[in-house]
Amino acid sequence: MDPHAIEQAAKFIGAGLAAIGTGAAGIGVGTLFGQFLNGALRNPSAVEGQFGRLIFGFAVTEALGIFALLIAFLLLFAV
Amino acid sequence: MAEAGPAINPIEQFELSRFLPITVGQHHYDVSITNSTIFMILAGAATLWLMSLTARGSLGVPGRLQSLGEMAYEFVEGMVRSAAGEEGMKFFPLVFTIFMFITMANLIGFIPYSFTVTSHIIVTVMLALIVFFTVLIYGIKKNGLHFFKLFVPSGVPIYILPLVVAIEVISFLSRPLSHSVRLFANMLAGHITLNVFGGFVVMLLGASAAVKVVAILPFAMTIGLDALELLVAFLQAYVFAMLTCMYLNDALHPGH
Repeated sequence: MDPHAIEQAAKFIGAGLAAIGTGAAGIGVGTLFGQFLNGALRNPSAVEGQFGRLIFGFAVTEALGIFALLIAFLLLFAV
Repeated sequence: MAEAGPAINPIEQFELSRFLPITVGQHHYDVSITNSTIFMILAGAATLWLMSLTARGSLGVPGRLQSLGEMAYEFVEGMVRSAAGEEGMKFFPLVFTIFMFITMANLIGFIPYSFTVTSHIIVTVMLALIVFFTVLIYGIKKNGLHFFKLFVPSGVPIYILPLVVAIEVISFLSRPLSHSVRLFANMLAGHITLNVFGGFVVMLLGASAAVKVVAILPFAMTIGLDALELLVAFLQAYVFAMLTCMYLNDALHPGH
């Protein structure tokens, strides 16, 4: 097997492994919204005040998934 | 397909091109006017234009434009007051400028064939370093050595304190990194994703007639992603400004 093909294969395997991280971020976002709904259904009057925090938490959590996606993209297209 | 690589290069959109090559000094430092420079100026000019338009001739009953400006102002004002307290309002101009610049740069980047300034880490890292050094210099100037109480949380048992202090110092120093990479990675990954799905549409349309119909799927996905990215463009500007407020709060009120 020529080295170029091995390098290509390693890149794609690495990109696939990096993409697992987006699933982990999915768990985080799911937990976030699930817990928020859990609290919101118990005390609907508090929802308005906490919406900003929800969105903030979403953005910070989702960013970690984006980091993993970024590594996958860099391996696919840039390296 | 794999050995040929993707037909459409999604990285191409981030390439810099010199419009007006300029070098300075004996070492020929490159300070050329690039597409990045132009879009940065555009984002700044658009912000200035919008805000001066909304602030002109303030009426008692605001029109549409004026309420847009007032909403933006009150939004950031609420953010600064809640995260950094009343004292934080002296940094309102900084936070508002950062917020408006990033929002505008992100939104301008949305226009097809335009350039997203914030998808380059050098831009976001400079913004993050401005915040970092503002916090550091102002914090030390205002609180003196008390500023370093930031690294020593109260109520921690003495035997675990060295570890906690080390962690606090490292987390303080890594702030500009996470602060800048969050915005940069979101914008970069978002634009690459849009480009990849757009590329699918083009590739499928180039195929035989029976396959052409399938192109509707990635096209619908592109529309959905566009909506998500529009949200992300606002959200990341908000998060960047919000974190700025939190960091400034540390400079204003060190000690946990």
